[in-house]
Amino acid sequence: MADEIKKEPPANFKVTIDNITIEVPPGTSILNAARQIGGDVTPPAMCYYSKLAGSGGKCRTCLVEVAAGSTADPRPMPKLVASCRTNVMDGMIVKNITSEKVPDARAGVVEFLLLNHPLDCPICDQAGECHLQDLGYDHGKAGTRYQFSRRTFVREDIGPYIQLHMTRCILCYRCTYVADQITDKRVHGIVDRGDHAAISTYISKAIDNDFSGNMIDVCPVGALTDKTFRFKNRVWFTKPVDAHRNCENPKCCGKATLWLRGEEVFRVTARKDEWGEVQSYDGKTGWICNTCRFDKKETKDWTIEGLTAISRHSVIGANKYKVLEVPDETIAKVMGGRAPQLTMDIHEVSGVNNPKVDLSELQRASKSSDFVQDPEKNWE
Amino acid sequence: MSIKLLLDKANVPGIRGYEVYRREGGYRSVEKALKMQPADIVEEVKKSGLRGRGGAGFPTGMKWSFIAKPEGVPRHLVCNADESEPGTFKDRYLMEFIPHLLIEGMIVSSFALGSNTSYIYIRGEYAWITDILEEAIAEAKQNGWLGKNIQDSGFDCEIYVQRGAGAYICGEETALIESLEGKRGNPRIKPPFPAIQGVWARPTVVNNVETLAAVVPIMNIGAEEYAKIGVGKSTGTKLISACGNINKPGIYEIDMTISVEEFIYSDEYCGGIPNGKRLKACIPGGSSVPILPANLLFTTAKGEKRMMNYESLSDGGFATGTMMGSGGFIVLDEDQCVVRHTYTLARFYRHESCGQCSPCREGTGWMEKILKSIEEGKGKMSDIDLLWDIQRRIEGNTICPLGDAAAWPVAAAIRHFRDEFEWHVNNPELCLTENYGLRHYADELQVPVSA
Repeated sequence: MADEIKKEPPANFKVTIDNITIEVPPGTSILNAARQIGGDVTPPAMCYYSKLAGSGGKCRTCLVEVAAGSTADPRPMPKLVASCRTNVMDGMIVKNITSEKVPDARAGVVEFLLLNHPLDCPICDQAGECHLQDLGYDHGKAGTRYQFSRRTFVREDIGPYIQLHMTRCILCYRCTYVADQITDKRVHGIVDRGDHAAISTYISKAIDNDFSGNMIDVCPVGALTDKTFRFKNRVWFTKPVDAHRNCENPKCCGKATLWLRGEEVFRVTARKDEWGEVQSYDGKTGWICNTCRFDKKETKDWTIEGLTAISRHSVIGANKYKVLEVPDETIAKVMGGRAPQLTMDIHEVSGVNNPKVDLSELQRASKSSDFVQDPEKNWE
Repeated sequence: MSIKLLLDKANVPGIRGYEVYRREGGYRSVEKALKMQPADIVEEVKKSGLRGRGGAGFPTGMKWSFIAKPEGVPRHLVCNADESEPGTFKDRYLMEFIPHLLIEGMIVSSFALGSNTSYIYIRGEYAWITDILEEAIAEAKQNGWLGKNIQDSGFDCEIYVQRGAGAYICGEETALIESLEGKRGNPRIKPPFPAIQGVWARPTVVNNVETLAAVVPIMNIGAEEYAKIGVGKSTGTKLISACGNINKPGIYEIDMTISVEEFIYSDEYCGGIPNGKRLKACIPGGSSVPILPANLLFTTAKGEKRMMNYESLSDGGFATGTMMGSGGFIVLDEDQCVVRHTYTLARFYRHESCGQCSPCREGTGWMEKILKSIEEGKGKMSDIDLLWDIQRRIEGNTICPLGDAAAWPVAAAIRHFRDEFEWHVNNPELCLTENYGLRHYADELQVPVSA
């Protein structure tokens, strides 16, 4: 053993993922190597977050097959491995979409993740920017085989700005890592275990921290939502623009995405990269503080740089839902070409399109009474 | 009468106390070990062929030799006394009645591994055993077997007992380490393995109680003598905790040369099945190993007699074999319902899943609900295939082996007792009042009532 000549490890490791060879520095995970290649080769990741140390390995959506461990030890790995937490070796051969086992295992994981997740995207605030929705579309199967009632939780306010709806949580642990790593005092964690495990704060304690809002940005599903925005608007109706301001908080990067409708700022989030993660600037992650996120809701607070480039990969962005066929309008035929006489114009009565109603000013979800133009006509 | 190495002095009155234990030859192995080089002890354990007694059966000497030895970083030995597998209670017996045997084994092992601070992580439910162990540690310390400069050898060692809070998952070595550090008992993602980064990111070896106790006879009689006991790669003696439908439940020390049939029916061991009932099935290694029907239990698929050792029990893989596991020997007679039994196990694993990775968290609950509906006569035929599909997708796709442990019993029950599941589906009312019994077998099963 002692006589064995130790070769100098190569500066870069060669790794082959789905027959594409790439050179990456040692210590790179398979997932990050695949992200450098990009496209379909990249395994999906629901719990891994490159900006949060220790994250990953939990959701099992990024499982890949390792057909050869390394040049030195070309044996295949017996089980599928979590690509986010497995580092590449020189000469490693990884199979993702070319593997026979991976799509089946991944479909299984998607099924498990959706088992206790409500299938009510149309009424969920996260729809359109939900990673689970995209994952389910890309790797899941239509329909569910689960016939039992799903676990439900009561909605909980953790602090004045964030609402936790545990029913939608997939326990990716990202928010607990945020609470651990970028906020000072930890009051946020997992209670209970197994399928009744829940994210919670210490006895419903408010999360009182300048950076707590970043938990909303890292949440892949609609479990943690912005109370100043939730149910105010659909994300695909808002216009994202890059903007910045000189934030007083030294830890805040001051660079954000504003989600506008007209001149109204509906919501402020950190800027996301193509993997849905918060962007880095000069090696520092661009977390934003709660003042920028929740209090600066006017365009005059910000210097707008221009439209945000959004990759149209999401289910809604890529228009993947098939448009239902619109049935023939039969009224005109039945009525011999006459148009029906309207007894009431519903738009006039409800006033939902009233430009005077400033939705972003509301501190709660909007109700029908918010749109009433004439108090006399309030039939509620 | 087979050879006894661990329990030979178990019936000596007062063996729990130090005086009697020392008089009966206790702590001789420490005296011997302290005169040796640590590397030689590791070599000795390697030669003995001792395999981990906690369930996986990994060679102990090899595990010890994997431990990293960086300069200036302390190393730790952790004893896994979180014995929570249903059907397994061998470690409890050892710790309760001969606590000094574990302490003695731990001192030798700590010396071999260079651990100056060793821990016993004991399950929370064993509250009274914690007191017994702490008393034994205090006695050993008074007599100079623990503390600073043990027996003038220059070796320092302290042993601390840490109680768990009642979680099966903390028997998994990385979850145990997390819990020992005072965190939530979630298994860690490997690599790094505990031998490189364990407790407080220091090199750590985690061993079962019985494994560490077995180091004592290895030192006393020598590795060659120890390796002569047993057959092939199953050397030494193994404690079996037998329970279920047998006349004499309890702890038995076997030398791995007897057959399964002899173990169940001989009067020296389980003493047969009570009330003249016939054997239906058996789980030979704790709840997570595959269940075997009586015909495959006594003879392997090759037609050989199945013996009580690692190789013979796992002969035929999971298709027709099972595993030695931790030695929790559960016997089911003809009155037991396999569906109900599998449901009970599924409920256990659902309750004990830590909830960290999705296949185990969601899959165990799903399997439990399906099994419950089949057990209650509300199942559908497609549910059986669905169960198979769920277990297949859990197995191997989880962070820790709990997912496998939850999947295997369900897989084996469907593999060997599918007709019983189908009978439950086809007879939704009858299955509530009657058991399927031994109707699997077209021929009357030739099983002796007593040996």
